[in-house]
Amino acid sequence: MSRLILGLMTLVLVSALIFMVVALLPGDFARAILGPNATPETVAAFRHEVGLDRPALARYLEWISGAVRGDFGLSFSSRSGNTRTVAEMILPRFRNTLFLAGFAALMAVPLAITLGVLSALYRNSWLDRTVNAMTLTSISLPEFFVAYLLMFFFVVKIPLFYSLASVDAGTPLGERLLRTALPALTLVLVTVAHMMRMVRASIIAVLASPYIEMARLKGLSPARIILRHALPNAWAPIVSVIAVNLAYLIVGVVVVEVVFVYPGVGQLMVDAVSKRDVPVVQACALIFAATYILMNLAADILTVVSNPRLLHPKEGGVR
Amino acid sequence: MTQTASPLLRIKGLHIEGESNGVWHEIVRGIDLTLNRGEVLGLIGESGAGKSTLGLAAMGYTKPGCRLTAGSIHFDGQDLARADTRSLRDLWGRRIAYVAQSAAAAFNPAHRLIEQVIEVPVVHRTSLSPAAREDAVTLFRDLQLPDPERIGRRFPHQVSGGQLQRAMTAMAMTCRPDLIIFDEPTTALDVSTQIEVMAAIRSVVREFGTAAIYITHDLAVVTQMADRLMVLRHGELVEEAPTAEMIATPRQSYTRSLWAVQALHKPERPSDGRTLLEVDHLGARYGSFRVLDDVSFSVPEGRTVALVGESGSGKSSLARVLTGLLAPCDGQIRYDGRPLPARFQDRDRSLLREIQMIYQLPDTALNPRHRIGDIIGQQVTLHLGLRGAARERRVRDLFEMIELSPHLANRLPSELSGGQKQRVCIARALAAEPRLIICDEVTSALDQLVAEGILKLLMRLQAEVGVSYLYITHDIATVDAVADTVVVMQQGRIVEQGTKGDVLSAPRDSYTCRLLSSVPRIEVGWLDAVLSGRSGSGPRAKADDGTVWSSAWLPPAP
Amino acid sequence: MSRALVSHMVKAWGGARNAPVMAQVGLVVMIFYAALALLAPLIAPYPETALVGGMFEPWSATFPLGTDQLGRDFLSRLIYGARNTIGLALATTLLAFTTGGFLGLVAAERGGWVDQVLSRIVDVLMAMPQLIFALVLLTAFGSSILNLVLIIAALDATRVFRLARAVALNVVSLDFVEAARLQGHGALRIILFEVLPNVIPPLVAELGLRFCFVFLTISALSFLGIGIQPPTADWGSMVRETAALISYGDVTPLLPAGAIVLLAIAVNFVVDWFLLKASGLKE
Repeated sequence: MSRLILGLMTLVLVSALIFMVVALLPGDFARAILGPNATPETVAAFRHEVGLDRPALARYLEWISGAVRGDFGLSFSSRSGNTRTVAEMILPRFRNTLFLAGFAALMAVPLAITLGVLSALYRNSWLDRTVNAMTLTSISLPEFFVAYLLMFFFVVKIPLFYSLASVDAGTPLGERLLRTALPALTLVLVTVAHMMRMVRASIIAVLASPYIEMARLKGLSPARIILRHALPNAWAPIVSVIAVNLAYLIVGVVVVEVVFVYPGVGQLMVDAVSKRDVPVVQACALIFAATYILMNLAADILTVVSNPRLLHPKEGGVR
Repeated sequence: MTQTASPLLRIKGLHIEGESNGVWHEIVRGIDLTLNRGEVLGLIGESGAGKSTLGLAAMGYTKPGCRLTAGSIHFDGQDLARADTRSLRDLWGRRIAYVAQSAAAAFNPAHRLIEQVIEVPVVHRTSLSPAAREDAVTLFRDLQLPDPERIGRRFPHQVSGGQLQRAMTAMAMTCRPDLIIFDEPTTALDVSTQIEVMAAIRSVVREFGTAAIYITHDLAVVTQMADRLMVLRHGELVEEAPTAEMIATPRQSYTRSLWAVQALHKPERPSDGRTLLEVDHLGARYGSFRVLDDVSFSVPEGRTVALVGESGSGKSSLARVLTGLLAPCDGQIRYDGRPLPARFQDRDRSLLREIQMIYQLPDTALNPRHRIGDIIGQQVTLHLGLRGAARERRVRDLFEMIELSPHLANRLPSELSGGQKQRVCIARALAAEPRLIICDEVTSALDQLVAEGILKLLMRLQAEVGVSYLYITHDIATVDAVADTVVVMQQGRIVEQGTKGDVLSAPRDSYTCRLLSSVPRIEVGWLDAVLSGRSGSGPRAKADDGTVWSSAWLPPAP
Repeated sequence: MSRALVSHMVKAWGGARNAPVMAQVGLVVMIFYAALALLAPLIAPYPETALVGGMFEPWSATFPLGTDQLGRDFLSRLIYGARNTIGLALATTLLAFTTGGFLGLVAAERGGWVDQVLSRIVDVLMAMPQLIFALVLLTAFGSSILNLVLIIAALDATRVFRLARAVALNVVSLDFVEAARLQGHGALRIILFEVLPNVIPPLVAELGLRFCFVFLTISALSFLGIGIQPPTADWGSMVRETAALISYGDVTPLLPAGAIVLLAIAVNFVVDWFLLKASGLKE
């Protein structure tokens, strides 16, 4: 329970931080947006329009209460004619991003767990060594390198997939999967090694505990030792590892979306940053941060609830 | 019938190697061992003697990082050194069982006790689950666990250390094995819990006629448990004899050194009236948990006060209050006639200099990155203001006082033995020219012979420089070697204090009596005598059976 | 000369000869990059930003790796890129390390409210993905080189802080630190003299990992067009600028990306070996 409150508090603090960073900017922010030859009147008008002349706290409360209802205000780009709300820009893209991340996770998680468990059980085997070398290599790979490498081989050399992952609301699932195959594969490659290594480490830690040795000396079979004595203690750290890595996946999405010109929140955010479209940047950052915090919170909670010491407190005693 | 004649276990020419940093070195060097049915063999030795490795080898098991290089292990005619894992698995738990030192770590935290206990007979198909459950309850009762019907429903962290140790003995007994390996089963326990676990183990071993190998570093404990003793050192056999014979007439001087500390005795000197430290109605708490309550005693100049208590008695908290790390919530401390500031930050340099501390673990008390000459030298410079040649000279004197060669000055702590490190700690305290040294369990982590050297050194230094000691310990044997007066603590209170002679030979408080009578003696039959004496004292002894108050003795969170 | 330098470096590293092959290769690669970065003006055939040919010229004797979208020599830019990208990453890492490391040690040694305040600030800063936070901050402050260094250093310092604090907490709980306090030594002396020597090995290993991470973050930001700004040569932006060539089967864009990968891998292998060595020493 206290974890939940803590998570919520973190979310509030982070949202305040995202807001503040932009709100407490030096005064020439409006000028920077409007360009050097803006008149003082235009600047003042802009400041009024964006609300920069009101107290920061009031603006924050207005913004966050809007955000909770899904209203992130107007994009700066709407000044040039047609009005565009941030929400309508983000919503379809957020679905796309979730789809891509989910697709990648569906491939990455089972793969990481299988390989991690295997390399922990067959420690120092060729499999384990390969996994170790792969991990060290893959944490050194920028997403864009993997992405272009895949593109080079699977689009240019062997035309299997698409280099542009352009999808829209009407794209049928099969084609959607085909078009997002490369971006998803990129995400799998950059996350799987790390996840695998952490799964391996948590299994090895459990296998080294005295109660596993005791289980062996009770004459139990290896299968029973793994299933009954190791797994109940290992799954909590594994699940928590996965949650943390899924959080990481959310970030990896940004670069990958740009490479494959995939209409997701990441690409939108990068665009908005270069145009300094503040409301959009804030909204995207809030969405990414919230997902990330929720994932970490889930990891925390899973760790806690699976600990027998907390499930069965000492006071419980004999009933 | 012919089987009874042949021994149950016969180990011949056993060699085991262990690996550290890629180098293999021998842990067990050519041991022969024979164990008959129903016999209890004690393996005794100091740290690094290879006794645990040998005990596990008797099961045909070597720890990861160890390998068996030569020898045979015949258990009931079958060579375990050459057996495949399937046949070993069939033996383990069913015919050979293991009881580990730390029951808290050896029980799986995720399952209830009963599930883990009955797992052995169920998996080995020696009985079905309901029968195994019933049998487990019987064993719990035999081992005098409280509430035997329901204690199995608990998780390991919900019962006390002594209870867990007995539950593990029950687990070992479930298949009525021919052989049980007990690996230091009472080492982690307080003496008053230890005696109960010892009694429980011995009664079930006798009841079922199980053969056992009992591994320990404590000669007094093993004397009560074993029919025959083997003394090991550096992986080799020193001496082997029936227990009574070995105690009465040890052939090797090394064997005699195993009870070196027991033989030390310091004649008690009454105070000459000058009081150095006076503690008056002191109380302290960690958060809302009260760790000290109404504690009053005094330390006379140039004398030793031994502060005795089990874990959770508040003796270490008292040391923290005296050094100024923990502020008391009531009462006061007077040092040299003046009130002592509560926090060490408020004490002036000379006060900090005069009260020094020596810790239990010399490994963590010395900065591993500093050379020992520097460790002592810094202290000389800080407190005496000596530099250059004068500092060097003083450091050399200190090395002489602690009987260490000055050549060691350039070494790092990791390059010294445990005893040498503890001597360096003593020198560091001494370098400040203190008047009071607080010694916190200073010999607990050391082997007997080394501990004896440290105790003798402390006594010699007191005679030479007249320093006072507050000697904190749970080990009654060392009290006789150092103390002038004794203070006994229990649950944050002083239950008895007086001169050493009075407290040790004629204790008045019931807890002190119990504590003193629980300390194992190197006498065959001591345990029987104590147990029969206790059961004579009637239901009281049963009523405050260790289980009840040891679970109430949660050590405070640091 | 470079051979003498290499052998000297290897010797200075102490025991590098006994290092695993991968770590040795890693060391050589690192030295090679350092030489490129230091000697860029001497090695590069053309200046960093000069327009010396047509757009996207193919590989030739004049332009070994062709030219970029403005007609600048790609090889020269690759060499100058070493200097810019590595230099910035190094400066950022060192800045992050000194601040994060020192504050981490202070938090561990002082404990109490100092630790609480510092740790809570770090918690909040770390509650957001680093790249996302960097994007927000760069929107607010604009992407100048100085801003880039300060922002990434600040964000990375939080990770260093966590590690330094955790390692130092283990040390601070040991009796020798308590003993030093009871002698009346001050906090600064305890941090620098008692604690610091015991936390160096894990921190040095972390230095390598953090460098990789910073280096990859800066490259990623540059790739996204919000890191190092043109016309400065930088590997991340070079990938972005020439990315279109990939579709025509030209591997040129993979070269700067490969340069990033190679250095990151080299550092990682050396760090891995160092960690192994440090953990071996402890036993």
